[in-house]
Amino acid sequence: MDVKTWTFLIVGVTFALYICIAIRSRAGSTRDFYVAGGGVPPLANGMATAADWMSAASFISMAGLISFKGYDGSVYLMGWTGGYVLLALLLAPYLRKFGRFTVPDFVGDRYASGTARLVAVVCAIFVSFTYVAGQMRGVGVVFGRFLEVPVEIGVVIGMAIVLLYAVLGGMKGITYTQVAQFCILIFAFMVPAVFLAIMMTGTPVPQLGFGGVLQGEIGDRIANGETISLLDKLNGLHAELGFAPYTSGSKAVIDIFCITMALMVGTAGLPHVIVRFYTVPRVKDARLSAGWALLFIAVLYTSAPAVAAFARTNLITAVEGAQYAAADPSGGDGVTTPDTKVLPDWFRNWEDTGLIAWIDKDGDGRVSYRAGAAFEGKLAFTTGPGDEAGRGSHGERLVSNAPTPGENELYIDKDIMVLANPEIAQLPNWVIALVAAGGLAAALSTAAGLLLVISTAVSHDLLKRTLVPTISERNELIAARIAATAAVVAAGYLGINPPGFVAEVVAFAFGLAASSFFPAIVLGIFSRRTNAAGAVSGMVTGIGFTAAYILYFKFVNPDANVEENWWFGISPEGIGSIGMALNFLVTTVVSRMTARPGDEVQALVSNIRIPAGAGAAHEH
Amino acid sequence: MNSTDPPSSDAPEGFDADGYWSANLKVLSVLLLIWFAVSFGASILGADALNGIKLPGTGFPLGFWFAQQGSIYTFVVLIFVYVFAMNRIDRRFGVSED
Repeated sequence: MDVKTWTFLIVGVTFALYICIAIRSRAGSTRDFYVAGGGVPPLANGMATAADWMSAASFISMAGLISFKGYDGSVYLMGWTGGYVLLALLLAPYLRKFGRFTVPDFVGDRYASGTARLVAVVCAIFVSFTYVAGQMRGVGVVFGRFLEVPVEIGVVIGMAIVLLYAVLGGMKGITYTQVAQFCILIFAFMVPAVFLAIMMTGTPVPQLGFGGVLQGEIGDRIANGETISLLDKLNGLHAELGFAPYTSGSKAVIDIFCITMALMVGTAGLPHVIVRFYTVPRVKDARLSAGWALLFIAVLYTSAPAVAAFARTNLITAVEGAQYAAADPSGGDGVTTPDTKVLPDWFRNWEDTGLIAWIDKDGDGRVSYRAGAAFEGKLAFTTGPGDEAGRGSHGERLVSNAPTPGENELYIDKDIMVLANPEIAQLPNWVIALVAAGGLAAALSTAAGLLLVISTAVSHDLLKRTLVPTISERNELIAARIAATAAVVAAGYLGINPPGFVAEVVAFAFGLAASSFFPAIVLGIFSRRTNAAGAVSGMVTGIGFTAAYILYFKFVNPDANVEENWWFGISPEGIGSIGMALNFLVTTVVSRMTARPGDEVQALVSNIRIPAGAGAAHEH
Repeated sequence: MNSTDPPSSDAPEGFDADGYWSANLKVLSVLLLIWFAVSFGASILGADALNGIKLPGTGFPLGFWFAQQGSIYTFVVLIFVYVFAMNRIDRRFGVSED
């Protein structure tokens, strides 16, 4: 069977599975809809949290990002896992004991303030929307690339599926589809990773092969008779071609420090992750499910850097110095010498999809891969993907961009590292189809979790707790479903017509979450003295400062976005950690200058600090 | 916490709120110290120094290994240790949910 048939089959089966789960787990009450009735077992919640957390970016882009950044890419690995330690130790058990439905619920009740609740609602909706647009786009891209349907139709199909299980089942439907989606995405990520590890390093465990010696089918060819570890070889290749060493950083230490901190704290402050811990029966289950969640996430997050190093080594050795087309295709005698090294077939396939491009600057018909950009600006081909006419003298697709003076002739999109792996390792067609289904599972599970946060923020925080407190249970549930539908449609629209800034903003959602929610929640639990005036001024200062710094360097004056202009050498990606520190400072100082919170709040703090009674706590 | 804080309505008779909370904070401090040491310490501030050493038996420079593998393994272990330690403390102070 060809790739397309396999893809339709596997994607079709997984979608049918999601729909079956949706029909079996309809929500009957607002409690079902918001927190799956509070009865999710910790192991299942761990899987659901892992799928909720790992988005299209984790699945498709992260390994590629690390592949190009080497050590500097570690910020994502540590940032997106270390946050779970903060979540498990500082937030999850206490929020579970508190036992309401949302993050703004906690902020509003703990600070006994409608203003604090409203600030939290606005932050939650803003953070979730920027995030979800990227997911819908990811769904569209996977459909476009693997099933050859237009991106717009891909987004609409994705919307229809999410709509079905998010609107029918709410959190209950989402939880059990996320469990299924986790299994699919982790299997789809690990199969090519294991094959690649065997072929490059002769061991089926990517995490071990990563530090091992080059051997096996591809590894032997690269090592060329030498006994050399993969990482030593990779560092050697980098030095040869003028790239920074793979295993040590080129960014300033302070910037690495601040970016990692912002990502960790931001992860712990993301509402769609926090809300998952409201769905388990007891406080001890909340703690345990954070452990399961991180264990499941770590499977992918420790394999991804190994895949990154495998793919990088393989890529460099496959393309550097290779001829685009065999010099004498008709009269070849079949003898290969270094002079007749030719680009592998996958190069042309991905050139057609626009993820890779080559400009023959020196006219020798061979690829020179060096540090630096190959050409100016955003890639633009002069002809369509399959066109035979209008190609370069070697058969390559020509680009209209102006070449840079540097020696590098190659453009490579980072996403290719995961998407092309099955082809690079010459795996069977069903593996390629599996990667497509895995990418879709990753994107859909995250999108559904975010959409639920948005609809809950509208129906519960805004309507029930702020505008119409008298709303009946039945009407609140209807409102939640309408809000979920509206959110899906809005997200789909953003997926089809992505505003240019979405990709930029998603990366900053962490900084914004770190500088707003995290201090307000942590201080609300650990400091009795913190009051509404402190929390509100802290959140506003933190998110205001962080947003202003990011807006200035990214949108107002992007030309100034270089290290010399950054405060203390901290990039906009890392500024959230300074925003968080400011928030902590302002909250504490303002709280000391104003009145201590009253007895009712103190009793609430006493209650959330002990696990006993969590079962009763949600009988509000 | 001080004696003027209202007691929790969920607490059992004679519950030692101060003792429970300080036992909890002690566990938190130790675990967060390790969290900081493996990530910000070994993987970032000390990475260059540790990269001079290889993780025994492998090709990993040590700082790089902590940044891309070791810190993540440690994070997972930290949470399970926390679960175990807190369950014990909960039982000791009589606020376990079992």
